[in-house]
Amino acid sequence: MGMEGVGARVARKEDKRFITGSGRYVDDMVVPGMKHAAFVRSPHAHADIKKIDVKKAEAMPGVIGVLTGKQLKADGIGNLICGWMIHSKDGSPMKMGAWSPLAVDRVRYVGDAVVVVVADTKGQARDAAEAVEITYKERKSVADAVEALGKGAPQLHPEAEGNLIFDWGIGDAAKTEAALKTAAHITRVNIVNNRLVPNAMEPRAALGHYDNAEDHYTCWTTSQNPHVARLVMSAFYNVAPENKLRVIAPDVGGGFGSKIYIYPEEIVCLWASKRTGVPVKWVADRTESFLTDAHGRDHHTTVEMGFDKNNKIVGLKVDTIANLGAYMSLFSSATPTYLYATLLSGQYDIPTIYGNVRTVYTNTAPVDAYRGAGRPEATYVVERTMEIAARELGVSPAELRRTNFVTSFPHQTPVIMCYDAGDYGASLDAAMKQADYAGFAKRKAAAAKKGKLRGIGMSCYIEACGIAPSAAVGSLGAGVGLWESAEVRVNAVGTIEVLTGSHSHGQGHETTFAQLVNSRFGVPLDSVSIVHGDTDKVQMGMGTYGSRSGAVGMSAIVKALDKVEAKAKKIAAHLLEADEGDIVIENGQLKVAGTDKNVPWFQMALAAYTAHNLPQGMEPGLKETAFYDPSNFTFPAGCYICEVEIDPETGKTDIVQFVAADDFGNIINPMIVEGQVHGGIAQGVGQALLEGAVYDASGQLLTASYMDYTMPRADDLPSFQVSTSNTPCPGNPLGMKGCGEAGAIGSPPAVINAITDALGHENLTMPATPQKVWAALRAGTKH
Amino acid sequence: MSEVTLVVNGRKVSGAVEDRTLLVHFLRENLNLTGTHVGCDTSQCGACVVHVDGKAVKSCTMLAVQASGSTVTTIEGLANGADLHPVQAAFKENHGLQCGFCTPGMIMTATDMIRRHPDGLDEATVRAELEGNICRCTGYHNIVKAILAASKTMSKASKSKANKAA
Amino acid sequence: MYSVNYHRATSVADAVKKIKSGDAKFLAGGMTLIPAMKTRLAAPSDLVDLGHIAELKGIKVSGKTVTIGATTTHFDVANDEKLKKVCPALTHLASLIGDPAVRHRGTIGGSIANNDPAADYPSAMLALGATIVTNKRELAADKFFKGLFETALKDDEIVTAVTFTAPAKAGYAKFPNPASRYAMTGVFVTKGKDGVRAAVTGAGDDGVFRSKEIEAALTKKFEASALEGVSVPSKNLMGDIHASPEYRANLVVVMAKRAVAAANA
Repeated sequence: MGMEGVGARVARKEDKRFITGSGRYVDDMVVPGMKHAAFVRSPHAHADIKKIDVKKAEAMPGVIGVLTGKQLKADGIGNLICGWMIHSKDGSPMKMGAWSPLAVDRVRYVGDAVVVVVADTKGQARDAAEAVEITYKERKSVADAVEALGKGAPQLHPEAEGNLIFDWGIGDAAKTEAALKTAAHITRVNIVNNRLVPNAMEPRAALGHYDNAEDHYTCWTTSQNPHVARLVMSAFYNVAPENKLRVIAPDVGGGFGSKIYIYPEEIVCLWASKRTGVPVKWVADRTESFLTDAHGRDHHTTVEMGFDKNNKIVGLKVDTIANLGAYMSLFSSATPTYLYATLLSGQYDIPTIYGNVRTVYTNTAPVDAYRGAGRPEATYVVERTMEIAARELGVSPAELRRTNFVTSFPHQTPVIMCYDAGDYGASLDAAMKQADYAGFAKRKAAAAKKGKLRGIGMSCYIEACGIAPSAAVGSLGAGVGLWESAEVRVNAVGTIEVLTGSHSHGQGHETTFAQLVNSRFGVPLDSVSIVHGDTDKVQMGMGTYGSRSGAVGMSAIVKALDKVEAKAKKIAAHLLEADEGDIVIENGQLKVAGTDKNVPWFQMALAAYTAHNLPQGMEPGLKETAFYDPSNFTFPAGCYICEVEIDPETGKTDIVQFVAADDFGNIINPMIVEGQVHGGIAQGVGQALLEGAVYDASGQLLTASYMDYTMPRADDLPSFQVSTSNTPCPGNPLGMKGCGEAGAIGSPPAVINAITDALGHENLTMPATPQKVWAALRAGTKH
Repeated sequence: MSEVTLVVNGRKVSGAVEDRTLLVHFLRENLNLTGTHVGCDTSQCGACVVHVDGKAVKSCTMLAVQASGSTVTTIEGLANGADLHPVQAAFKENHGLQCGFCTPGMIMTATDMIRRHPDGLDEATVRAELEGNICRCTGYHNIVKAILAASKTMSKASKSKANKAA
Repeated sequence: MYSVNYHRATSVADAVKKIKSGDAKFLAGGMTLIPAMKTRLAAPSDLVDLGHIAELKGIKVSGKTVTIGATTTHFDVANDEKLKKVCPALTHLASLIGDPAVRHRGTIGGSIANNDPAADYPSAMLALGATIVTNKRELAADKFFKGLFETALKDDEIVTAVTFTAPAKAGYAKFPNPASRYAMTGVFVTKGKDGVRAAVTGAGDDGVFRSKEIEAALTKKFEASALEGVSVPSKNLMGDIHASPEYRANLVVVMAKRAVAAANA
């Protein structure tokens, strides 16, 4: 490990612009002549649009255009689509209803965009938006997924009878039923995984600019994957062919999944720019974000886990209803299926599993992947069930887990995944030691003396990252390949640019990717620039989500670096009159191994570009591109332990200790990895204790601002104790697994297991607000 | 429309704005000081915190015209030339930021917090004082660490200054 | 925000003159009014800014008599050493309002004139038996607060100060709404020469109120233990997604206990 290379705790290169106020986010972009958009949105959860009258709005001061869905359709703009095909058990394809970027004849959730107003200022656009007169005929609505499946529920889309999008299964139903029949004990649990709002601190924004002279569009947008945005907007939404559309995702203020998808607003801004002849910018306010960003989670699940008389799991049966909201968002079908049910084996050797998932339309915001995406839901199912089972079986939670851990690798689960490496016992041991698990009884007694209830809970999670082998996901219905690309450009003076298809919106790629280059070539970090987020600069790439930028994005960089290294060695060998097999790269020099003959890196680079003295037949220049397609998923795993103290008078839960012991494979920058874990835990604790989107019976979102949606704040959380003990991933060149989502995946069950431990019963749903815990203390029965 | 005159980051500035213009929009749109951000509509997230007459305020909850006549410091005016302010340096050293969107408000809040607690800070106080600043990336862990570190550095610096003066 | 005309008042008399234009509102710290205007829930045609009137600012403590100017910020109340000596419960209350940036701008006059059912100050005014001083008259707090966002103030009437005699004992305890951090239930208790008063904010469906049950129990004995077994009716308490009336009724008693403990500490 060098001072700046792989494994070093290097402060981030990108920080300077953020700490000095020089970051450039979409709302900071100004284009000459730029005007502002405001959307008229449905106030109703479900209604027919009878009439739209824009006359009054058009006459308002500063108004440039008031545009409707009819005009948008007439211009050939396509419907939004879900890009992952899922087939029901009966073989029928998923039932996708139409989603127009501006609603034409019907609205299906509060916040559905209907009309866009373009005006000189944001204030004028909003004033005019209020003057648009829309006559609605209200329909009955349904916000709850279980109710939406019921008889007589209002129907959202003609394509989806009974609001059922698909009824999908994984695993072996008959074998699982048979196994459960043999069980000495069955633990049965009903689980609700609460709906969350991602809440990246930068609200979504888009700036669309149509250049009439060039017949070319530019879109600045808050995206985690600008190339995917360009692909989808050109191939499916008919905004413009790819060569005439440039998508730029500059600094992006957090994503957490919510900025993967292509939303109506960026499509409309581009289209409106052409229609009105001016660049059009839209920036969501926070309430718009609450109403229209894709939400996460929202599952109702029943679980049956069977154990034999030695407490070994014999089978697991899971039945889930997943709420997908009013329309199918871009990857909404994959989240509750292949990202969820494939992880139901957890860290355990389970002989047979059957998972059934029904997805449902409701009159709520679309639901899609949010940090963890399916894996937190699976982990919550498995780890709540294990904890409850341990309590029912009268064994310690750690012992029950140890009894069932997968211990030899590779391990094929009954639900597609083949775990490649791991040491689950090691994480459990590390976490229990760090948490002083053995000393808990003493601490509980001390808390009781103060009138407080203490509880401790654990969660042994596994997740799948490195998303994903393209052929494998293609066979499962994905509409795209999930490889990644990189281009490494060595300049004539030896400095290096890395163009990556990954996108950094907080993850620190500008530092970690440069550390990798430093380790390979000895070039100082300051001489390595990472370029990303602009389709005009960077070759096609797939973007950042699913903790993939290390395992997939950096693997692509490794491949490109390998090619650069091979050519650099050839040049050096030629210059040094040595055999290329004898050339090694050390401390910024290309050396003949075992001698003091060397050529500095920059001289080799210069030689590549002067081309005065290159090996016979070699092309000048030093620039290589690579595309990396992973061979398998990666499997980060770990153990989280949470300790809580509850004030029984108010029901308020304080987290007094949170321990995370993770296995992420090899690590580039431990400081950044720890930061990812901290943030993930905060979101997981948020889900468990604080956060929950609530719709009322008429489909109004009651939690549409920070007045009612509880964001984790500094005083809600403790400092965390995080550590890693790593087993390298055998599936990629760097041995990396991914660390971006683990915190959000592993923590919710640890928190709820701790609270239910303190309460003495299991009757508690997330978020465990003071009110709910207070009520649970009164209503519950002891285990 | 009203004429607004301010001293921003040491420079006298003025402009005619609609009375409904918020201070944050005046800073961002009229002065092109885009480091100050807007992250919510309800004065809770703190991405917009600047110093007005030496005190941290939410620039999204103040009209530009209301601030007229005041002295304003934004994130762009915190560093002393090329030298980072100790709070900025501490955020970098301690990895107190990820996406960077809440960071300017966090740093302005932290600077104000440290000024009001010249004798030092503890973790509980820092966490309580951060009530008006929301971060979605860091889980606050390293933000708290950064503020504690900056507080230490700054109180040491002011003590050694005081000693020299004595 | 809708369009609005801003006026800066130089004196109370000037403010009264300026408030006559259109559907005008007084603007103090703006911590509630400006967010309401941003979300277009409030739409005054004109704003009369009281923030630059020197006569409205400042805290005077003379013996046990306290006078606080209407545009004194929460920050200044929280950090006033003289006030802390005679009525630490009030400085504590001020230190719990909003966050530091809000406390730098928000004012006591603005808070009580707005009478948000979840604001902290109204409970203190009621429990302290404070007098609300306006440009026209002096009003007992008992007569001032009239319900949700309602007070006895006339359109052109400005709160100029509040004044009270510091009681022998006072305490405030607040259980914040987990999301907004406003009081979900806050209880201010006092024991003065006229007896015990206990005022509750954040819980009543008609705004701040005095709790008979708490006062009766504490009149017998001004100790937290006196509230063991006491319950308050949930009938007129607010219910929302964060707290049912029953839960708030519990919080009233629990916060009252903690307020008394603080008062006796």
